[in-house]
Amino acid sequence: MATYSTNEFRGGMKILLDGDPYTILENEFVKPGKGQAFNRVKVRNLKNGKVLEKTFKSGETVEAADVIDTELQYLYTDGDFWYFMDPNTFEQIGAGAAAVEGAIKYLKEQDSCVVTLWNGEPLLVTPPNFVELLVTQCDPGIRGDTAQGATKPATVETGATIRVPLFVEEGDVLKIDTRTGEYVSRVNK
Amino acid sequence: MLQRIRAFFMQRGVLEVETPLLSSAGNTDPSIESIKASSDGYLHTSPEFPMKRLLAIGSSDIYQICKVFRQGEAGRYHNPEFTLLEWYRLGFDAPQLVDEVLELIRALAADAGMGLTDARLSYQSLFVTSLGIDPLSADENELARAADARGLHPGCNMPRDDWLDLLLSHCITPDFPPDRLTVITDYPASQAALARLNADGQTAARFEVYWGGVELANGYQELTDGAEQRRRVQQELAEREQRKLPTVPVDERFLQAVDAGLPDCAGVALGIDRLLMMLLGAEHIREVISFPADLA
Repeated sequence: MATYSTNEFRGGMKILLDGDPYTILENEFVKPGKGQAFNRVKVRNLKNGKVLEKTFKSGETVEAADVIDTELQYLYTDGDFWYFMDPNTFEQIGAGAAAVEGAIKYLKEQDSCVVTLWNGEPLLVTPPNFVELLVTQCDPGIRGDTAQGATKPATVETGATIRVPLFVEEGDVLKIDTRTGEYVSRVNK
Repeated sequence: MLQRIRAFFMQRGVLEVETPLLSSAGNTDPSIESIKASSDGYLHTSPEFPMKRLLAIGSSDIYQICKVFRQGEAGRYHNPEFTLLEWYRLGFDAPQLVDEVLELIRALAADAGMGLTDARLSYQSLFVTSLGIDPLSADENELARAADARGLHPGCNMPRDDWLDLLLSHCITPDFPPDRLTVITDYPASQAALARLNADGQTAARFEVYWGGVELANGYQELTDGAEQRRRVQQELAEREQRKLPTVPVDERFLQAVDAGLPDCAGVALGIDRLLMMLLGAEHIREVISFPADLA
C-alpha cells in the first residue's frame, strides 16, 4: 500500500481520506518558528466534488489513492452505462451516470476524453477543455437587435444547450469551453 | 532595507558581527531540523549560540544579518535558506527589547508609507479570549477538543505543546488585524528552551512579534543559568529520541560559554525575507528571494 508523507504533498496528488479518494488542490505549510509544523491542505473529493480543508501534522503519512487518469475514446451508451475504449489495447470499460455527469453533454462518439480510474473503476470523465460541435437547433437572430452582448440559446449535436451570439445559425460548428460551458468562437467550415 | 537596518544599529552603538555558518554542532530543538553539510558539520539554523559565546567573552551589544538553514521548511512563508537579523542587548529585559523591535519595524514601514498600530498580549490571555481555554493548565484532551470544535482533526496523538502550536497557528494568529504589530508575550515555559523563566514559574520571558498574521520575530530575555541550560538541552535530546528524530551533536562550546557567564541580556531574531514580504505586500516568499530553493 503506497503512502505519501506530508512533505511530498503537491497539488494534483491523489490521496485516500476516510475511504474516499481526494485530490490535493492546495498545500500550505504552517509552522511557528519554534513550534510544530503542520500542512493545511485543501482537497476535493473525487466522488462528489466537495472541497474541504484538512490539517495534518507535518511528517505524518497518508495513504495514496490508486487513481490514474487515462485517455480513452467514448464509444456509445446503452442508457445505463457509457462505454469507453482504450485506443491502444481496445479494452472497453463502462462508466455509470455519476462519473459521466457534466461531461457527456460535450462528448460525441469517437471523441477522446480523460477518464479518471480509481482502483480500476471509472470515477470521473473529463472532456477536452475545448470541443467543436455542430449546432442542431437554434432560433434565427432577430434582425435589428444589435444590442452588444446579446445572446440566444443553441442546442448542439451532443445535446448541450449553450448561450451563443445572435449571428450563430443551425449548421455552424462552434468551439466551446467545456470548463465554463461557454461559447468561444465559430469554426470555419 | 539592509542599509536602513545597519544605520539603525549604528546609531545605537550595536556592533555588526559575523559567526560561522558551518558548525560542528546541530540544533537540539525538536521542532527545528539542521541540514548536515558534510562530514565537517551542520549549517546553522540561527547564529544564536556563537553570538552568545561572543557575549560571554565580553562583547558589547551585537547584531548579525546572515543566511540560516532549516531542513524541510518550504511554503508560502518558508524557504529552507533564509535571511535572519539577530541582535542582543546587554541589560535589556524582554519589554525593552520589544520596544526596539517595534521601533525598527515601524521605521521601515514608515519608509514604505505604511502606518502600523501595535498591541502586546500575553500567550495566556490570547487563548482565554479567543478560545476560552487556559494554555497553562489545559491538558491534551481539552486542547484536542478545542481543536476538534474548530474543525481541526490532525488524526494523531500529539504532545501538549503541539496542540498549543496547532491552535495558535490555526485559530489565533490568522485573526490578528492586518495593520497591527501584535506582540505575544510570556510563552508557556515548555515552549522556551532558551529563555529565562518568569517569577510565576509557569511562563517564560519569550515574545513573538507578528505583523498581521505573519510571524516576524522571536525573542527572549536570555537564560543565563548554565546548569539550567544544560538540563533543557538534555530534555530536548530526550524529546528528539521520543519523537524518533535524528540526534545531533550538542554545542558543548555554547554550554561552556553559558557556564562561564552569559551577561544579563535579551536577544531577538527577525526574518528579513518575511519583513520584506510585508513591506512589499508580497503573497509568497518566492517573490522576495532571487532563486527559491527549488530553483537554487
